[in-house]
Amino acid sequence: MRGGSLWQLGQSITRRLAQSDKKSVSRRYLASGSDLKKTALYDFHVAHGGKMVPFAGWSMPIQYKDSIIDSTVNCRVNGSLFDVAHMCGLSLKGKDCVPFLETLVVADVAGLAPGTGSLTVFTNEKGGAIDDSVITKVTDEHIYLVVNAGCRDKDLAHIEEHMKAFKSKGGDVNWHIHDERSLLALQGPLAAPVLQHLTKEDLSKLYFGQFQILDINGSTCFLTRTGYTGEDGFEISVPSEHAVDLAKAILEKSEGKVRLTGLGARDSLRLEAGLCLYGNDMEQHITPVEAGLTWAIGKRRRAEGGFLGADVILKQLQDGPTIRRVGFFSSGPPARSHSEVHDENGNKIGEITSGGFSPNLKKNIAMGYVKSGQHKTGTKVKILVRGKPYEGNITKMPFVATKYYKPS
Amino acid sequence: MAARFLWASRVASHLKISIAQRGFASVVLKDLKYAESHEWVKIDGNKATFGITDHAQDHLGDVVYVELPDLGRSVSQGESFGAVESVKATSDINSPVSGKVVEVNEVLTESPGLVNTSPYEDGWIIKVELSDAEEAKKLMDSDKYSKFCEEEDAKH
Repeated sequence: MRGGSLWQLGQSITRRLAQSDKKSVSRRYLASGSDLKKTALYDFHVAHGGKMVPFAGWSMPIQYKDSIIDSTVNCRVNGSLFDVAHMCGLSLKGKDCVPFLETLVVADVAGLAPGTGSLTVFTNEKGGAIDDSVITKVTDEHIYLVVNAGCRDKDLAHIEEHMKAFKSKGGDVNWHIHDERSLLALQGPLAAPVLQHLTKEDLSKLYFGQFQILDINGSTCFLTRTGYTGEDGFEISVPSEHAVDLAKAILEKSEGKVRLTGLGARDSLRLEAGLCLYGNDMEQHITPVEAGLTWAIGKRRRAEGGFLGADVILKQLQDGPTIRRVGFFSSGPPARSHSEVHDENGNKIGEITSGGFSPNLKKNIAMGYVKSGQHKTGTKVKILVRGKPYEGNITKMPFVATKYYKPS
Repeated sequence: MAARFLWASRVASHLKISIAQRGFASVVLKDLKYAESHEWVKIDGNKATFGITDHAQDHLGDVVYVELPDLGRSVSQGESFGAVESVKATSDINSPVSGKVVEVNEVLTESPGLVNTSPYEDGWIIKVELSDAEEAKKLMDSDKYSKFCEEEDAKH
């Protein structure tokens, strides 16, 4: 075992999972355990056998007593409860919150019906991604959004800077960062039946991407039917003082079938679902078009622009991007981030940005970017892992079919 | 814990060695030698079998791939000869002794999980012909290794 210290394994885990904020990686090496932030469920995790690791400045459970593989499989068979309170929820309010947000994201926010939301991308002047985010239009004067933990400081500074400029021109927008709330994610086939026990509202009428403010287990929660696993499920924003009670209630109602699930399984699940991890599959220099998220750029926005980097993105929509995100299957050891992708003749055509062993498919899966023209499904490739080439081929994503709850 | 102790007893009686029962979770077998990099060695005349310890597999998590060396390759004490990959990370395996690889556990290609479920038995990784029998003296015995693990875990 490398170096004789298994603690270094923990560090390499966090390096792999948390490349979203390079600054916070170096902070993590210097920070002692006491510098890390704790969510409302910290003691609850420890009491349930959570193995806590540093992640984006927080102490988070990477797994519990069951293995990452078992946990990942259980999510799709039964369900998983994730503590994602490290992520940053905020509300934008005011008469002009919609046009304001449209200057920063690619979504057609004006076109969203109240109570619906979508995945979107915050762009920079070069059209690259600052972060990805799930945004929801609560009403025409209230937008609720969630951004990545590793990008919190960067995103809030970016939004604040633009908000100041917008307001100085007379725009009516203000914000509130929901540090008084904790976000939990409940995913899997049992998510809806279990959650239904805890609320009077009819969840069968809440479809994928929809949002509601409602009473769950006695507290006022923001509920979005969305997630990061490809399964049907919800993200629940609960007042932090009720977070533990809600977690307990969910686990009890499921009679133990829904398990507390950590970041290790969360990463396997999102990879199986073909979802990007900011910091790995999406970065400052990658545009939403290159990342395969053209669908997230509103139709009206593709014609009008009006967001940072629109000129670059609109041109890519016209000419096609030079690189594209694709999925891979491969033999041998799992392909990991930064593994080179070669064509059959040994020419470099791209790079892996995320990879691992799929517990549900029982084979290696990966995603990465290849030169346009080489990106067709079925293309045979060679992936270099630790200097040796292994056979692979390009495939469509998601790797595991999604089960989003949509009207039939 | 009880289940693991039963398992350990079965392994121990099969290998005809005694076990050291420790307060902490991982199993350490007496009569094996251990390297600081968490490999175990069983020496039989001039042949040695090794793998990674229970402590190592517990920290690694589910093993999904084992990179095995070629037969006939020479290995040196302390140097890496292969790797064990888990869902979480890849870790080099260092050779606890020097010698020539005479057998590799091909079963691990199909069933890498054996490293987790049976680190001292079915999860053995390679067998070598020793080039220097004296080297084994540099390794830790089970008591020293148990203590070493306790100290390492306590540090973090």
